[in-house]
Amino acid sequence: MKFTRRWLARHLESDATLDDLLAALNRIGLEVEGVEDRAAALGGFRIARVVEAMQHPNADRLRALKVDPGDGQLLSVVCGAPNARAGMLGVLALPGAFIPGTGITLKKGEIRGVASEAMMLSAREMGLGDDHSGIVDLPETAPVGESYVRWAGLDDAVIEISVTPNRGDALGVHGIARDLAAAGLGRLKPLDRPAIAAAYPAPLAWEIADPHACRWVLGRAIRGVQNGPSPQWLQDLLTAIGLRPINALVDVTNYFTFGLGRPLHVFDVAKVQGRTLTLRMARPGETLLALNGKTYALGEEDGVIADAAGPEALGGIIGGEPSGCDETTTECFIECAVFDPVRIARSGRRHDIRTDARQRFERGVDQALPPVALDLATAMMIELCGGEASEVAEAGQPAAWQRAASLRFERLGSFGGAAVPADEAVAALERLGFTVQARDAVQVTVAVPPWRNDVAQPIALDQAPGLDAARAAAAAAGCAEVEAECDLIEEVLRLRGLDAVPPVSLPVTGIVPPAALTPKQARAVLARRVLAARGLLDCVSFAFLEAKTAALFGETPATLRLENPIAADLDQMRPTPVASLAIAAARNAARGWPDLGLAELGAAYRGPGPEEQAAVVAALRAGQTPRHWASIARPVEALDAKADALAVLEALGVPLAAVMLTTDAPGFYHPGRSGVLRQGPKTVLATFGELHPRIAAALDLAGPVVACEVFLDAIPEPKRRKRGAPDLPAFQPVRRDFAFLVDAATPAEALLRAARGADKALIADAQLFDRYAGDKLPPGKVSLAIQVTLQPRAATLTDAEIEAAAQKIVAAVGKATGATLRG
Amino acid sequence: MSEDLAALAAATEAALAAADDLRAWDAVRVGVLGRNGSLTALLKGLGQVPADQRKDRGAALNRLKTSLEAAIEGRRVALDGAALDARLLAEKLDVSLPPRPGLPGGEGGIHPISRTLEELTALFGAMGFAVAEGPDIESDWLNFSALNIPEHHPARQDHDTFYLPAGADGRRPVLRTHTSPVQARTMLGQAPPIRVIVPGRTYRADHDATHSPMFHQVEGLVIDRGIHLGHLKGCLVDFLRAFFGIADLPVRFRASYFPFTEPSMEVDIGWSRKTGELGKGGDWLEILGSGMVHPRVLANCGIDPREWQGFAFGMGIERITMLKHGMPDLRPFYDSDIRWLRHWATNPLAPPSLAEGV
Repeated sequence: MKFTRRWLARHLESDATLDDLLAALNRIGLEVEGVEDRAAALGGFRIARVVEAMQHPNADRLRALKVDPGDGQLLSVVCGAPNARAGMLGVLALPGAFIPGTGITLKKGEIRGVASEAMMLSAREMGLGDDHSGIVDLPETAPVGESYVRWAGLDDAVIEISVTPNRGDALGVHGIARDLAAAGLGRLKPLDRPAIAAAYPAPLAWEIADPHACRWVLGRAIRGVQNGPSPQWLQDLLTAIGLRPINALVDVTNYFTFGLGRPLHVFDVAKVQGRTLTLRMARPGETLLALNGKTYALGEEDGVIADAAGPEALGGIIGGEPSGCDETTTECFIECAVFDPVRIARSGRRHDIRTDARQRFERGVDQALPPVALDLATAMMIELCGGEASEVAEAGQPAAWQRAASLRFERLGSFGGAAVPADEAVAALERLGFTVQARDAVQVTVAVPPWRNDVAQPIALDQAPGLDAARAAAAAAGCAEVEAECDLIEEVLRLRGLDAVPPVSLPVTGIVPPAALTPKQARAVLARRVLAARGLLDCVSFAFLEAKTAALFGETPATLRLENPIAADLDQMRPTPVASLAIAAARNAARGWPDLGLAELGAAYRGPGPEEQAAVVAALRAGQTPRHWASIARPVEALDAKADALAVLEALGVPLAAVMLTTDAPGFYHPGRSGVLRQGPKTVLATFGELHPRIAAALDLAGPVVACEVFLDAIPEPKRRKRGAPDLPAFQPVRRDFAFLVDAATPAEALLRAARGADKALIADAQLFDRYAGDKLPPGKVSLAIQVTLQPRAATLTDAEIEAAAQKIVAAVGKATGATLRG
Repeated sequence: MSEDLAALAAATEAALAAADDLRAWDAVRVGVLGRNGSLTALLKGLGQVPADQRKDRGAALNRLKTSLEAAIEGRRVALDGAALDARLLAEKLDVSLPPRPGLPGGEGGIHPISRTLEELTALFGAMGFAVAEGPDIESDWLNFSALNIPEHHPARQDHDTFYLPAGADGRRPVLRTHTSPVQARTMLGQAPPIRVIVPGRTYRADHDATHSPMFHQVEGLVIDRGIHLGHLKGCLVDFLRAFFGIADLPVRFRASYFPFTEPSMEVDIGWSRKTGELGKGGDWLEILGSGMVHPRVLANCGIDPREWQGFAFGMGIERITMLKHGMPDLRPFYDSDIRWLRHWATNPLAPPSLAEGV
């Protein structure tokens, strides 16, 4: 909402400075979005007379001027404007002035040997339009030496405020003035309703065929009007707030839209077919050529104003072209109606028409203003265009807008945090137009003014489905009891400024707070830290990506495809964060950074339901390990990803000894170089592996890429048992190495498991320390070397006991895997 | 001491001094203390000494033995030390060499958004807040209707909502446009008193230099008896000053409107528009929205507003992160450019803690 300071002065008697006004607007909830103060920006530019205009001695296209800035001290100005001539009046900028159109601060200079002590300005150089055909050429009446913008009336400060959706009343200058007056910035000038003499019966009648289309409508014709450009002051006001002056009749309607927040429309009576304007819902197939030049196909949910030929306006949103007023209009008909906000919002949204009328009607207009506004508009149109008024045509009736609200004074402190004295609170409400109906020591009951559609509204709840009936009813009754009071508390606090409410630190229940995170949430944070500590960079990626890419990584159900994606490559909720990391790796590789490690804690989406969103921590490594003088660079491998997954699982308290490994990893992994880590046969804790080469190729990822994903929801909460005593045997362990010859397809894990199980009482551990595959071995065989730790508990082991244990190990491993001791 | 003993002591001392490696030293040791050593010979000869002198002579020999043994061992320690010094000199390592590398990725680190999430948890945690979470895909009831944003409400349009295909109930799920649906989830799921923050991903169909289609918000919700607007202000002032580390950060509250709160306030902090410095400069920067929870929101979620009242607030996590660290551009947050990540990442082993400083 834009308005100017002069416009405000028409409604507010105030000696406040501009800064005071702006601070007050911000304080009371009418946030200042911007201020354009031309008096400050352009005030220094003076009207000056060109006394002499000679051809520049050294340049064909330049002129050397002598300019009188008003004090008779002639200044030398070099000017390139083709229209510069002796005797003309123009606008002069002196050195030090900032020229808005060029962004330059003017300095004295010399142009091709001729001094230039100032500058004659074009409209564009002043930022006042696009005209750059020459310097501004002012009429002979312009006073030399005077500030140009002040003389031209362009020094009005333009203020733009952001009006919140509840404050339809602040979409008019009068409403803003009322708020400012209530906040102590001056006195609101009342609207003086003029007496209009009716010279003839209304030439058009209203008919409300459907109350959904309109509740109440007034109209009045003026005949004998002479429509044309509106006066300069009105054009200046409208231009200042960005509106294009059209003609006097239309400009008056805009003046009321912004001045009083009261949209009006004028029909050209001669162009209306028939003598009745009907407010009804549109019929299928009807169209409207609107004033914005577009044609709209109307539907049964659109309220229209129709004549015998069909819809002439989309009521409350936009007028129609065929019946609009122009310079030829001699008789006009003013429409002043009240429309249903919800219907206007729906209709406007469906057609995507954003007009000043719609903005006001969908927020709610002053319910009692139409007769006053109609008279004011009639008087102004007659003043500007002449003519005489008809009687008023009316249909429908005002909605019952009268409401009351009560405020218990004690609630200002116990809810609003500021113990405002009762007298002050009541006075504030009265300044806003509320009228006291009853008051005692405890509370006040006030009537809500007709322009405050946001206060004490009828309660419309949309309670949670399945809510317990008694609970729902109690809550609804509570809402009905307190809501209007909250409205009033807001008004009282708003006018004082919320900065005046003293801040109070939140009371704490205990000096040491309970944990903010649940164990599950803490696990997620820890998982992220573990991966970062392992050299991975924590990423935050978009949860949606291109459906085609997403399909490489899993299911892409249509239920997870956005209906209105912002871009074609951001339309599918991802099946796994690994997809996001792979795309990121490709982006980095394209920038010349192919070797990297990334991780993300984020969601994987299986379906639209809340339980179908899985919390996943994913890691991805690509390229080579770093080249280094002491170790050979190598490509990343699947087991690096396995290590990442295991590190997370271990940190999250999963007993790794019980983790099972299967090789049925999802299809985005290399089928031979991937695995699944499980707890029990059903619960998948993690997957890991090399990215499928086909997918790497599709993403333009050259090197090997490995990844893992850990499913945080699947990890059980670690048991909160107290730890038992540690196992600290008194005897030294004995370590023995064994090398087994085994089929290459045998999992090393199977061999280790067999060795560990050979004598559970004695064997504490078995680890693989060498794997050899080569031509010294029979084809299809590998050598796996393990170290077994024997832990005696009763006495030091004898050679015979050690030998017996070794035989058990060889036998158990042989039985489980077919391995033989390597000779 | 008899002359022969003094002579032996002197000779041994000289021989030890002359021995400049362990082999020469060992020869001296054997020559004195060995089976045929000179001291051993003198000890063996003690039997021939006349009985009246034997006691004195024996004592003198023992003293000599102790002193010679000490001298010999002392020389060995000195020689050992010299040999070690010489060896270590030859073992010189170029300590400027880079140490062995880890796996690719080099130094890992925590994303600035994650860092801010952890800081929020630490600070609000200290004020007794728990962290609540909810799904990214929500019903329109939870995202809008529960929060007093009915279908025709102008605020619904301002949200630039992403929609998913309609489900069996004919209603289209949305990508949540704010974290506020978790307010409703929390109120439906637990009885008051409630004190939660809700950090998380949020989505709006808007993409330019200052808007991302996915971003993060943190929501706060306090429902209790006797919680008033002053508490809201105190809570936010306490948080903002701690988060930005500026004890006297100016905080301004302006009346505003949100469908789910009343009264509603926008909150500004003081900064310099010119330098971007927070806390000074006389300009104001809007940073978050807040207010007392609207009675309709309470009632929609089954809470009786006569009994319970409280406040809610919401702020953009990217925004406060950028302000805190002076980060100029929003877009790289989601680009996973490792150069950017390395620049802004923080140490995973130094998470925010009240004890160590947030």
